[in-house]
Amino acid sequence: MHRIVEIEDRVLETPSTVTWRFPYAEPCAPGQFVMVWIPGDDELPMSLSYTDGPSKGVTIKAMGSTTRHVQSIPAGTRIGIRGPYGNRFDLTPRRILVVGGGSGTAVLAPGAERALRSGAQVTCALGATTELELLFAKRLTAAGARVEVSTDDGTAGTPGFVTAVVERLLAEGSFDAVWTCGPEVMMRKVAELARSRGIVGYGSVERHMKCALGMCDACSLGPYHVCVDGPVFRTETLLSLEEFGRTKRDPSGRRVPL
Amino acid sequence: MPDLSVELAGIPLRNPLLLASGIWGESGQSLIGAWDAGAGGVVTKSIGSRPRPGYPNPTVEEFDSWGMLNAMGLPNPGIAEYPREIRAAREHGVLVIGSIFGGSAEEFARLAREMATTGVIAIELNLSCPHAEGFGTEIGSDPKDVEEVIRAAVREVKVPVIAKITPNAADPAELAVAAERAGAKGISAINTVRGLAIDTTLARPVLAHGIGGLSGPAIKSVGLAAVWQIYRRVRIPIVGIGGISSGKDVLEYVMAGARAVEIGTAVAREGVRVFGRIAQELDRALSERGTDRLVSLVGAAHRGFEMPTADFLP
Repeated sequence: MHRIVEIEDRVLETPSTVTWRFPYAEPCAPGQFVMVWIPGDDELPMSLSYTDGPSKGVTIKAMGSTTRHVQSIPAGTRIGIRGPYGNRFDLTPRRILVVGGGSGTAVLAPGAERALRSGAQVTCALGATTELELLFAKRLTAAGARVEVSTDDGTAGTPGFVTAVVERLLAEGSFDAVWTCGPEVMMRKVAELARSRGIVGYGSVERHMKCALGMCDACSLGPYHVCVDGPVFRTETLLSLEEFGRTKRDPSGRRVPL
Repeated sequence: MPDLSVELAGIPLRNPLLLASGIWGESGQSLIGAWDAGAGGVVTKSIGSRPRPGYPNPTVEEFDSWGMLNAMGLPNPGIAEYPREIRAAREHGVLVIGSIFGGSAEEFARLAREMATTGVIAIELNLSCPHAEGFGTEIGSDPKDVEEVIRAAVREVKVPVIAKITPNAADPAELAVAAERAGAKGISAINTVRGLAIDTTLARPVLAHGIGGLSGPAIKSVGLAAVWQIYRRVRIPIVGIGGISSGKDVLEYVMAGARAVEIGTAVAREGVRVFGRIAQELDRALSERGTDRLVSLVGAAHRGFEMPTADFLP
């Protein structure tokens, strides 16, 4: 059952990313998502970028026409929320490497914060196209994480892909777990790097979603349903799936290239 | 151990529990998942002539524990694309019933012909989607239309044709009679019950499509009544659908006249584990009754039943 809430705060995080904060008392865990209904428009699955306290949050990247329009919605607008749905990140590892590509960092930030609060060491490798698009680097630094960045255009941090930074960090230090979210080609590379070091990896994946209840099969990924078996999967599991990093299903259920 | 196997339109099934159409049916691997979890067979998503994205979200509203409203809008990859999913399931040994929907007798006939080439054990005609303009209930509410569609499909294929009929008609049993007359080898009853949810804060329907179809425990007695009435009018086997989530629910449907059942909404709450659990419960219920074979109970509630009259007093 959905609940109508008012967007109490709208924050422009980067030129292409917006956060909405809204009152939602339901307990939520890092990794979980909610279905966000914009009345008269659409209902979209969104991973929570803020999971703690009475006010939750989602961070939306402008991708297609729908998300671009959604981003222009002002504070005070009423939206519907149902959930939270899906599984969560395992917060028990004590030395975590967090790898976020673009807006994928939104999914990882609340778990990193919780882990840091419980005394874990968190190192973040954040990638973006350009400096202005780096998401939550300040937030994670303030929370106590060691943050390394990379940009495709070299405007901040290491020039090039974030996976080069990951490779270096894995060689320099020891980690008990790697968390990742971002473009699937990047996640695949990160998963392979974690595997080569024998470190357990977790990745949050995105698929087209309709019911979010494990019923309609729209978000099927191999034998799994992202809405109930995910969105967080062991990266070993992801690497075993022929579709991961290659195809997704469109709203009709056809397999299309990612 | 009681025997749960049944024969449906000449097809032997290891148990009567089928995955309902529209649930988990988009990918072959999901069909395999339901089969491996213990389903006696699976029914595919309803497949049409062309890829169809369905309605925009929200497509689903869940009510506490009593039901669910959906208007997916028959999303499906189309008959050209979908057979690869069926083949994947068939290679794994899954018994697949192919569901199709169309807007005319000709379209149903063409889809039935193509579906029959994929190795399905039967074809279920969706004559009953309550929320798709031009399809489903709109051509499944009139016995004459039902008869024409079934006749056209039956002519094209050798596998049994099963008619899935709507509860949203004055007399569902009349539709079943028409389907039997036209050559259907089975009746599936019921599809979802037409329903609506309103958000009172916004004063607007919750689902993007407005009208949807209600499923889950709330509609069990509606389905039971349809099966009961159909059983009294036709000789072909009936697949009972609507609100089944326990072994006792299955037993009720069987006693009302169903030979098999389809399970849908319960999968949303529990996943496909539901098949194993229900089979176990059914097993226990039969053992407790001292019943050896489930089939011996098909229609049991009709035996010796006479409707009392309630005339005015003289």
